[in-house]
Amino acid sequence: MTTFEQAASLARLHERVRLDRGTITGLLFGLLGVTLIAGVAPTIDSTTRQFNFERPPDPAGIRFHPPTWIITIGVLYLLTAALSLGSPAAQRWARLTRVLSALSFIPLTLVLSLALSDNAGTNVVNLLGQSLVLATPLALGATTGLWSERSGIINIGIEGTMLTSAGVGYMIYALLGNANSAFWLWFSIVIAILAGGLVAALHAVLSIRFEVNQIVSGVVINLFALGLTGFLRSEVIFKTGNTSGVSTSDIGLPLLSSIPVVGTQLFSGGPIYWMMYLVVFGTWLVMFRTPWGLRVRSCGENPHAAETLGINVLRIRYQSVILGGFIAGLGGAWFSMESQAGFDNNMTNAAGFIALAALIFGKWTPWGAFSGALLFGFSRALGTRLQFLGVEVSGFEIPSEFFQSLPFVVTLVVVAGAVGQSIPPAAAGQPFHRSK
Amino acid sequence: MRQLSKTDLGITGVSGQLHRFLTQAWRLQPLYVSLYAILLSFLIGGILISVIGVNPLTAYWALLRGMVGDGNKLAGSLARSVPFIGSALALAFAFRAGLFNIGAEGQLLAGGLTAAYVGALSWMGNLPGILTIPLILMAGTLGGAIWGGIPGVLRTKTGAHEVISTIMLNSVVLFVARWMVGSRDPVVLRDTESTVPRTKTISDTAVLPELVDSLPTLHFGLLALTGLCFVVAFINNRTSLGFEIQTVGLNPHAAHYAGMNVHRVIVLTMAASGAFAGLAAASEISGTSGYFQPGTFFLMGFDGIAIALLARTQPIAIIAASLLWGSMLSGAPLMQQEANMSIDVVRIIQALVLLFVAADAMVRYLFKVRKQDQSPFQANTIGATL
Amino acid sequence: MAQINTGTAAPVLEVDNVTKTFPGVVANDNVSLTLNEGEIHCLLGENGAGKSTLVNMVFGLYQPDKGTIRVHGKETRFTDSGDAIAKGIGMVHQHFQLIPVFTVTENIILGNEITKGTLLDFNTARRQVLAIAERYGLAVDPDATVGDLSVGEQQRVELVKALFRDANILILDEPTAVLTPGEVDDFFSVVRNLTQQGKSIIFITHKLREVLAVADRITVLRSGKVVGNTTAKRATQQSLANLMVGRDVVFRVEKTTTNTSTTALQTRGLRVQDNRGVQAVTDLDLEVRTREILGIAGVEGNGQRELVEAICGMRPPNGGTVQMLGHETTAWSPRRIKQLGVAHIPENRSKHGVVAQYSIADNLVLNRYTHNKFSKRGVLNRSAINTEAVALIEQFDVRATGVTAALDTLSGGNQQKVVVARELSGNPQILVVAQPTRGLDVGSIEFIHRKIIELRDRGVAVLLVSAELDEIMALSDRIGVLYRGRLAAIVDAADTTREKLGLLMATGSTTHPPQAQQ
Repeated sequence: MTTFEQAASLARLHERVRLDRGTITGLLFGLLGVTLIAGVAPTIDSTTRQFNFERPPDPAGIRFHPPTWIITIGVLYLLTAALSLGSPAAQRWARLTRVLSALSFIPLTLVLSLALSDNAGTNVVNLLGQSLVLATPLALGATTGLWSERSGIINIGIEGTMLTSAGVGYMIYALLGNANSAFWLWFSIVIAILAGGLVAALHAVLSIRFEVNQIVSGVVINLFALGLTGFLRSEVIFKTGNTSGVSTSDIGLPLLSSIPVVGTQLFSGGPIYWMMYLVVFGTWLVMFRTPWGLRVRSCGENPHAAETLGINVLRIRYQSVILGGFIAGLGGAWFSMESQAGFDNNMTNAAGFIALAALIFGKWTPWGAFSGALLFGFSRALGTRLQFLGVEVSGFEIPSEFFQSLPFVVTLVVVAGAVGQSIPPAAAGQPFHRSK
Repeated sequence: MRQLSKTDLGITGVSGQLHRFLTQAWRLQPLYVSLYAILLSFLIGGILISVIGVNPLTAYWALLRGMVGDGNKLAGSLARSVPFIGSALALAFAFRAGLFNIGAEGQLLAGGLTAAYVGALSWMGNLPGILTIPLILMAGTLGGAIWGGIPGVLRTKTGAHEVISTIMLNSVVLFVARWMVGSRDPVVLRDTESTVPRTKTISDTAVLPELVDSLPTLHFGLLALTGLCFVVAFINNRTSLGFEIQTVGLNPHAAHYAGMNVHRVIVLTMAASGAFAGLAAASEISGTSGYFQPGTFFLMGFDGIAIALLARTQPIAIIAASLLWGSMLSGAPLMQQEANMSIDVVRIIQALVLLFVAADAMVRYLFKVRKQDQSPFQANTIGATL
Repeated sequence: MAQINTGTAAPVLEVDNVTKTFPGVVANDNVSLTLNEGEIHCLLGENGAGKSTLVNMVFGLYQPDKGTIRVHGKETRFTDSGDAIAKGIGMVHQHFQLIPVFTVTENIILGNEITKGTLLDFNTARRQVLAIAERYGLAVDPDATVGDLSVGEQQRVELVKALFRDANILILDEPTAVLTPGEVDDFFSVVRNLTQQGKSIIFITHKLREVLAVADRITVLRSGKVVGNTTAKRATQQSLANLMVGRDVVFRVEKTTTNTSTTALQTRGLRVQDNRGVQAVTDLDLEVRTREILGIAGVEGNGQRELVEAICGMRPPNGGTVQMLGHETTAWSPRRIKQLGVAHIPENRSKHGVVAQYSIADNLVLNRYTHNKFSKRGVLNRSAINTEAVALIEQFDVRATGVTAALDTLSGGNQQKVVVARELSGNPQILVVAQPTRGLDVGSIEFIHRKIIELRDRGVAVLLVSAELDEIMALSDRIGVLYRGRLAAIVDAADTTREKLGLLMATGSTTHPPQAQQ
């Protein structure tokens, strides 16, 4: 063995001793597993509970024994821990079990919540459905951010973009369709989408043409949206008298929802909800499988390299940001024309910021962002459900705010790099100057 | 856009004179972009007002009287402005260190919670004001400092960007505040006798004294926060700490090379920024409301960003910009009442001000102003990573 | 200016009296250049002579103010590099234009994507990349992520990228700057192979030795003007140097021999990690005595940066000790080390050495503002800072409008003088200096070399790190070679040769043949 090889093996040994991310995750899961098996399982109420799939009185579902489930999940965590701390070969398997463990957080929370409440069962299908619906604007908002930031423009104005679209879209609906006409409803959704594109275009012009700091430009848009929509609401929408009306979820998908029996069951989620899947899939396809998507990503990573290959960086950035704006517009339409027909001040209620968190949580990938949105939607739905169930830990009722704030804490932990660091596109936030 | 400049819609002549007047007679070089931005925003706001069928002069006259029409109105405007000074300072101070603290919203909430908690402690009533007032202010400052310090620590220890962590922390503290103030079972900080979710009223001894006896709305917080601006200006311009903070902001690598403790400066600056917001929240609770309600601070942090920008992050200019901001919000109801129009017009004008100040290239173009002062918010400062 | 046309081949590229100005500078003044088919045409000049401006115009990134560019005899105007690429021009930039998170294939096809329908066709792309790689002998792994590749591999990716676009005119901007002497020879054979396959090459460099080794014809630029046209056969190093600088250049630095005495700086078993946690410096024993210059040679990335940062307190070592002037300074802060009497001229001036937006005066106290003279109880003494600045500007001949001028209004050479002035004031006992003349003009280089020698003669211990072997050999009393974080050898400057040092830099030993490294 030469001295160099000796040094190299010494260095490797040194690296293994160091607390890297895998080790920390392993230790964390180990601790959780032990707690679940030795601490939680023996003390928990062992009466059989049920996950319902349909409504009472005679619901189908899974009956289960809470301690068994908790021990099973605990064993999974211990396995993950062992694999994470093991040899390099074992660590390859650890990746799989880590994903499984992460997924098992959902059944674990549900099992724990039910066991800690007095209820014998709860409808999980309904809960998951609610989560998906609540995730709709978040996923759309996150996709907006994805398009913008992947091209190199930071966008914290998603909130304002969605709010403006919601307000402008509904205003048109109230003005032209008296908030009560399928045609004008769809027309207004298109207007909302265009409005989103327009606001995004403002962000693009400010940050690309005028090189305004992109964070500042986002703040401008958020403040402007609040003022503008508030103004439109009191000066236009109120004066039409049509403060509420028929929404897309009342209408359902044209054609599809009129299919007898199946249609009403399957397509009752609301058209924008279904379009959201299309948008996420389409985003993935375009961004990762088409030449234009490759170029967008190159502008977000190294615009100068893209320029040397004859790519018009500024044009790509404009296109990408504005495309994102259209998506945010659809998200805005969900608020004022699908979840309800009507516009309230600040009705997006920080969804744009949550979408941003989902985007970061998802490491700037379409499906990651979608999972992030789903996680946030789930914690919202769960928060409401738990209030309803009345979950108590040693006489202390868990507040719904706890679950609502949980995703933000999780995102913070992700950003801090404790669980797989989330790295933004390298050139995001930097203005690009063309060579002359 | 180039072709337009030849005819220029007749603006050049007037704006040229205005420009000479402002820069020569008033020596306002660093701030004229802001002044033009305000002017432009009111112009566009006026167009919007006339579109809905109201005479903009009537509306603006009502707004002006709502702002400074009489002693009470003026006092109300001043009092309304006080917390904005703190939230704007929170952004401006961190900005010098290259940090984008958009967490003033959360730092206000954190400071407000701690101040309201300490202020309502039962033994506070037994102490004299000379002890309780510093105590409540310090409590708020500490709350804000902790909530501002966390993103600083995360930045230095893990590299997490403060923009993202402050946004997350804003939401976290909002939920914490809602729960603490709203929960009846168990009662955490809620005043159980109140119908709306809010904390118990602070003890009388912890209430900030008013500046003028006849104007009860105007409290001591105005002095405290304007004083703070002067202190910050001194730190920035004259002390080695200010030199370190700016060096870290402009070039953290060079700061490290020069023997400055970059991590310490970042944590310190973020904590101080949070402290300024926390102090503002404490003064609001102790001087105006007497209790804590999460809604009080809605948008105040983001308004702070706009104000700091308008003031081009200069602490002394922040005082003036905050007064403008607060008094516009304070005067708006009279405009709504007399001109019968939405109060949100003021919000739109404010957003336009922010827009024009941020995109100062637009204003410079319109008013033919050459670029002399460096816009503090022009891109690139934020990407400073270690 | 008359063109010398040695070959019979038709010119593939003609640049005719091109002028390009930037605010305040004429970067190219009536520059002409002809590139014949299958030749290697070297573009030689100092930093800032206008070489990059010229080729950026040929590649469409800049547009000329005056003059014409003809490709294959046809006049062309490029609006962006896409146009140039379409005309068969390819460029490998000095700073690689690659996207680290993309794969090799993605990097190569970007901008000229291969599609099946509307979707990207990675399989076909991969096959084409492999075919090109094989044809020109440029081994690349199409599925590797570029960020994981070595510098040499990244350079091959850049070449494949240009060839993938069917480039027959290749512009190589300082391609050898990142290579070891051995790799440079390999690279030359790749370039010759390309010309044999019909490619024409513009080769930009400022290294005279390389010009003579590889060029067919040579064009020399100085201050934006063509000052000479010649062939490699007719030129000598001295004649090229004189053309490049515009006066007789003395290669030797005047230096007297001195007697060294006590040890000023010593490391024992020093171990330092780089930013990624890889061991960059391993068990390093080093000794610098007073009144001597110890040069550290080595290909960049062999631990030089980490060594310097560890000595100056900027990077805590993970083993071993550093002793300076009788103190163990291993865990000291940069400030404390500075106060002990250690000056540090950092390798990357704009990153570490200065704050570009600060005034000259502020930059001159950047690491000394805590000194009693400049601040008391945390309050700065502005007038003392300015007085000091006025004196130093005078003493070090910094050309500026005044001490309040922002540093970024100064030329690179004057900026470096500010750094040197700051570090040499206050009588340092030890000077640690890294890449002191990178990117500077010959005048500034000579000034800084004289200052370093002057300091040594005053009894200061100097640790000089440089990637320029010529600089190391001209200044050092003893030379250490760093190879993979270890000291491969320490030799006396008087009795070593360039070849011996080159071998040490490439292989870490003088016994292995140079092929040992791949």
